[in-house]
Amino acid sequence: MIPSSFEYHAPTSVAEALSLLQQYGDEAKILAGGHSLLPAMKLRLAAPGVLIDINKIAELRGVVINGNVNIGSMTTWATLEHHDGLRSACGVLPEAVAMIGDIQVRNRGTIGGSLAHADPAADTPAVVLALDGQIRAQGPGGERTIAAGDFFTDMLSTALEPTELITAVILPTLGKGEGAAYVKFPHPASGYAIVGVAAYVKMDGGSVSTCRVAVTGAGPKAVRLTDVEQAVLGGADAAAATANAGAGLDILGDIHAGEEYRRAMVAVYAKRALQKAMERASG
Amino acid sequence: MTTETMFGRAIKRREDPRLITGRGNYVDDVKLPGMQRVFFVRSPHAHARIVSIDTAAAEAHPGVMKVFTAKNLPATPVPCGVTIPNIGQKTPGYTMIASDRVRYVGQIVAAVVASDLGTARDAAEKINVEYETLPVVVDAEKATEDGAPLVHDEIANNTSFVWRLDGGDIDAAFGEADVVVKQRLVNQRLIPNAIEPRAVVGRFDRVTGEMTLWDTNQNPHIIRLLISLLTGLPESKLRVIAPDVGGGFGSKIFLYAEQLLVTAIAQDLQVPIKWAESRSENYLSTAHGRDHITYAEMAFKKDGKLLGLKVKTYANMGAYLSTFAPLIPTNLYGTLLSGVYDLPALSCEVHGVLTNTVPVDAYRGAGRPEASYLLERLMDLAATELGIDPAEIRRRNFIKGEFPHRVITGMNYDSGDYEGNLNKALQQFDYTGWRAKQAEARARGKYIGIGLGCYIEACGIAPSKIVGTVWGGGVGLWESSTIRFHPTGKVTIYTGAHSHGQGHETTFSQLAADALGVPFENIEIVHGDTGQVQFGMGTYGSRSLAVGGTSIVKSAEKLIEKGKKIAAHLLEANPADIEFKSGNFSVKGSPDRSKSIGEVALAAYVPHNYPDDLEPGFEAQTFHDPSNFTFPAGTYMAVVEVDPETGKVTPLAFYCMDDCGNVLNPLIAEGQVHGGVAQGIGQALYEYAVYDENGQLVTGTMMDYAVPKASQVPPVTTGFAPVPSPSNPMGVKGIGEAGTIGSTPAIANAVMDALSPMGIRHIDLPLTPQNVWKAIQGK
Ligand SMILES: Cc1cc2nc3c(=O)[nH]c(=O)nc-3n(C[C@H](O)[C@H](O)[C@H](O)COP(=O)(O)OP(=O)(O)OC[C@H]3O[C@@H](n4cnc5c(N)ncnc54)[C@H](O)[C@@H]3O)c2cc1C
Repeated sequence: MIPSSFEYHAPTSVAEALSLLQQYGDEAKILAGGHSLLPAMKLRLAAPGVLIDINKIAELRGVVINGNVNIGSMTTWATLEHHDGLRSACGVLPEAVAMIGDIQVRNRGTIGGSLAHADPAADTPAVVLALDGQIRAQGPGGERTIAAGDFFTDMLSTALEPTELITAVILPTLGKGEGAAYVKFPHPASGYAIVGVAAYVKMDGGSVSTCRVAVTGAGPKAVRLTDVEQAVLGGADAAAATANAGAGLDILGDIHAGEEYRRAMVAVYAKRALQKAMERASG
Repeated sequence: MTTETMFGRAIKRREDPRLITGRGNYVDDVKLPGMQRVFFVRSPHAHARIVSIDTAAAEAHPGVMKVFTAKNLPATPVPCGVTIPNIGQKTPGYTMIASDRVRYVGQIVAAVVASDLGTARDAAEKINVEYETLPVVVDAEKATEDGAPLVHDEIANNTSFVWRLDGGDIDAAFGEADVVVKQRLVNQRLIPNAIEPRAVVGRFDRVTGEMTLWDTNQNPHIIRLLISLLTGLPESKLRVIAPDVGGGFGSKIFLYAEQLLVTAIAQDLQVPIKWAESRSENYLSTAHGRDHITYAEMAFKKDGKLLGLKVKTYANMGAYLSTFAPLIPTNLYGTLLSGVYDLPALSCEVHGVLTNTVPVDAYRGAGRPEASYLLERLMDLAATELGIDPAEIRRRNFIKGEFPHRVITGMNYDSGDYEGNLNKALQQFDYTGWRAKQAEARARGKYIGIGLGCYIEACGIAPSKIVGTVWGGGVGLWESSTIRFHPTGKVTIYTGAHSHGQGHETTFSQLAADALGVPFENIEIVHGDTGQVQFGMGTYGSRSLAVGGTSIVKSAEKLIEKGKKIAAHLLEANPADIEFKSGNFSVKGSPDRSKSIGEVALAAYVPHNYPDDLEPGFEAQTFHDPSNFTFPAGTYMAVVEVDPETGKVTPLAFYCMDDCGNVLNPLIAEGQVHGGVAQGIGQALYEYAVYDENGQLVTGTMMDYAVPKASQVPPVTTGFAPVPSPSNPMGVKGIGEAGTIGSTPAIANAVMDALSPMGIRHIDLPLTPQNVWKAIQGK
C-alpha cells in the first residue's frame, strides 16, 4: 500500500547525513535496507516526514577482518552470508544471517538497520550480545563505541541518540578453543525468531573459561542468560545448565507461541546452542 | 495432421510463457484514460452502531473527486444466491455500504474517489466515523447459546438455519455397537490467499449506456446476472471481463460489496474507477473458508465394521450469508459423510451460525475437506481403540461391488475401486517399509508417524435439477461451449468455464485437437468475457473438465455431424457413408475419397457449390447439463517426525494416489495435486485465521498468518489409479480440489500416530508446535 508522503534526501557522506539528521530532528528517519521501515510506512504505522537514505554512503559498506571483524553498518545480510573470510573468522554470524528472512530480504536488509531497529525477534542482536560485540556510532559530538550489553534498552529501543548514526559493528575473531553457535525457532509465518539463542564458549584445558549465552525473540529485547552462563562456568553440562533457562525472563507471547511455551523453548534452544558451541570449541 | 492423440499427454502449459514472464493481463493492469482510484473506509469494529460520518475534511482534500457513504448511494443488497428449501433459512439483509450498523471488522462504511490511491488513502484518514460499539460474538458454538450477543436482532440464537440429513436406523446402529468413538473436532477458519488479491475496474460509457467491469472472478456471467438483477442494468449493456486471474480457490466466485460499489460509483461519476485491494484488506474482506466445530460419534462392531455416524456441526457463516455460503456446510459436507465407506446409518445436524466475522464461503474443497477430515480422524481413533491397523480398518469398510452405488446420504457414486486404490498406494509407497522404519526409529527414541487419508469428493458440479430442488441455488450448473471453425482452418473455442490457474488454454485445446483432428496450435480458447462468450457458469467444484470439457466434446460432435453432410456433398456420397478420423472425412471403404476438415470448413463458408438444404457456416454450440456428479477418490499417505522437546512437526514424505478418472494432462493434474497438498498441509500444520474476543483479526497479515513456504512442504509423490467415470465421454472426474481434501487428515493422522506411544489420541488443527507441545505436556 501507499505510505503517507515524505521528503527524501540521499546524502553521500556520513557528515552530510548527520547534518540532515540534526536539521530535521524527530521528523526524520534514516532509511537503510528499508525492510522494517518501509513495511511500517506502508501500513501507516510509521509516517516520517523526511527520509534520509544512507544507501549512497560507500564508507558504511564492507567487512574488514584485521584482528577483529569490523562490519560497516550498511553491509547487507547477503554480503555477510557469503563472505568467505567471515566464515572462518566468526562463523556464527553468517550462520545466523543465513536464517534471516529470504533471499530478497537478505539482499536488502542491513546489520546496522537491524540493530538500530532493535526488533525483539531479530536474530543478530543475540549474536552480537553473545560475542560481546561493540556498536560504533557517530553523532554531532563525534564518534563513540557502545558495548552490546548496553545497546539494547527495551522493545524497539536502543542507547542510540536520535541524532546518531550507527557506522559499524565490531565483533571478535574466534580462534582455537573458542566456539559459538546460533540456533533458531522461526516463526511459521514471518520467519523471525520465536526464540533464537546464540552461545559462545571458550575452553581452557578441558573446562569452560568464558561463556556467554543470549536469547532473542522470547521477550521485549535480546538479553544475556547470565544464570545459564554461571552454571556452565560452574561445570554444569548444557542440559543441566539450561533446564530452567526461561525462568524469570520477561517473555512476550502471541498466538503461535504463548508465554509458557516460549519460556519452555528458551530452555530447549539454549541447550541446543550451548551443545553446539561446546562441540565447536572442543573440535 | 495430428495422428497421435493429445489426451493423456503431459504438454506444458501454453499460458505459462505469458504468465511467468510478467506479460499477463490482470485487472490491476487495466489502465484507462481519466481513471480514478477508490479507497474504501472499513469498520475497525466488529460490531457497532454508526452514529455519524463526517466526510467534510476528506471532500476538501486536494485531488478528491467525491466521497460516498450510504447517504449518497443506493442501498443495493449484497445477495445470498442460495435458499435451501424447507429449513426456514434466515438470510440477513446486507447492503453494499453500511448505513447504520457494522457487523464485522472490514465492512465498508465510506468510499473515497481520488486521482490516485495515495491521495484517496490520505483523504480517507480524514473521515471521521463515530461508532457506538456493541457486544461481539465470534465463536459459532457460543453464538448459539441463549444470551449471546445477537449479530442481527431478528435472528434468534444467531442461527440462520439448521440442516439435517438422516438415513438408516441410527439408534439401532449405536445400540448394536461394541465400540463408539467420540471426538469434538475443530476445522479451523482459513484465509484463501490467492496470489492476486481482488480488484475491480468499472467503466460506464455515457453514450451507449454500457457498463464494463473488469473483475478478478471465477464466473463472470454469474456476476453479470446478479449485478443486472440487483441494479437494473440490462445484461445486454453490462459486460464483465475476468481476464488473467491469479488464483481464486473459491474466494473469487462471489459477488462482494466491492463489485457493486465500483459499478455504482463508475455510473455516478461517469469516469473509470479502479479498486485493487491490499493484502491486509484481502484478509479482512475476502470470504474465509471452513470454520466448523463438530461433535462426532462413530459406532463400530469389534471386528471394525462401521455401523453408524452421528454428527453435529456448528458452521460459522460470518456476519452475513455470502453468495454460495449455505451450500458449503450442508450439501457439500453432510452429503459426503459416507466417504468411501459402507455407512449403514447417519444422523447429521448442521447449524449455520452468524457471528461478527467476515463471511465464510467456499474455499478449495468447500465442505468436502471438512467431511473427509472428520471421517478419517474418526476411522483412526477407531483403529487405535480396536487395535486394528489403520489400513485394515479402512479395507474392512470400503464400498465394494457394483457401481453406480447409492450411499446413505443420497449421493450416487459413479465409479470407484477404493480397496484397489488403497492397495496400490500402500504397495507403491512402501507402507510396510515405512512401518519398519517407524519401529526402528521408535527404538532410538524418535517419533515418526504414518497417516492415511482416504477421501472422496463430489465434483463435476452439478446437475441443475439437484441444484434447483435439493440445493436451493438460483442458477443451473450446466456449462456451455461454442466451437467456431474458421474458413482458414483455425479454431476458436468459447467456453463458459474460467481459468485462473487451471490451464484450460492447454487442456481444452488438447481435447478439441483430438475431437476435431486439427493441430493443437490452431486452437484458441476464449473464456472470462461475457462480451465474447455465450454464457457460462464458471469454474469451481472441480467442474471445468467434467462439465465444460464435455460441452466442448459435444460441440465437436455436432460440428463433425455437420461436416459429414458437407463432405458427403463434396464427395458425392451418402452422408451415412462418411467416416471421420484424424481430421479427415472419407467414404467408407474408399479412404482415398476424402476431404480434410479444413476443406470442409472452407466449403461451409464459401458455399458456392452447396446443396439447398445445408446451412452455411461451421460452428456449433452446446449447453451441457451433467446427469450426475463425478466422484474422485484416493489414498493419501503422510510420514512425519515430531520433535518431542518442541512439538515441531516435520513432514518427511507425502504420497498421493488419486483416482480422478482418466488423466487428460498428467503434468497439469500433478500440479493441481501439488498445490492442493500444499494448502492441505497448510491447514494441518500452519494456517489459522484467528479473531480475538473483540472480533479483531489477529492474523491480519502474512507476518501472522502462515501460508506454507516451499521449505515447509515435503516432496510430494503423485500417482494415478484411474477408474473412468461413466458420466462423461472422456471418463474424467476432476482433480482441482483432491489435494486439499485428502492431505489434511493424512498429516493429522500421521502426527497422532507418531505421538501414540505417549497415549495422545487427538489434537485439534492446526498442529502447530505449541499445540503439539501442550498435548505432550498433558496440558
Ligand atoms: C519479510 C521479512 C522477513 C524478515 N525476517 C527477518 C528475520 O528472520 N530475522 C531478522 O533478524 N530480521 C528479519 N527481517 C528484517 C530485515 O532483516 C532487516 O534487518 C531489518 O528490516 C532492518 O534492516 P534494514 O536495513 O532494512 O533497516 P531499515 O528498515 O531501513 O531501518 C530500520 C530502522 O533502523 C533505522 N536505521 C537504519 N539504519 C540505521 C543506522 N545506520 N543508524 C541509525 N539508525 C538506522 C531506521 O531509521 C529505521 O528506524 C525481515 C524483514 C522482512 C521484510
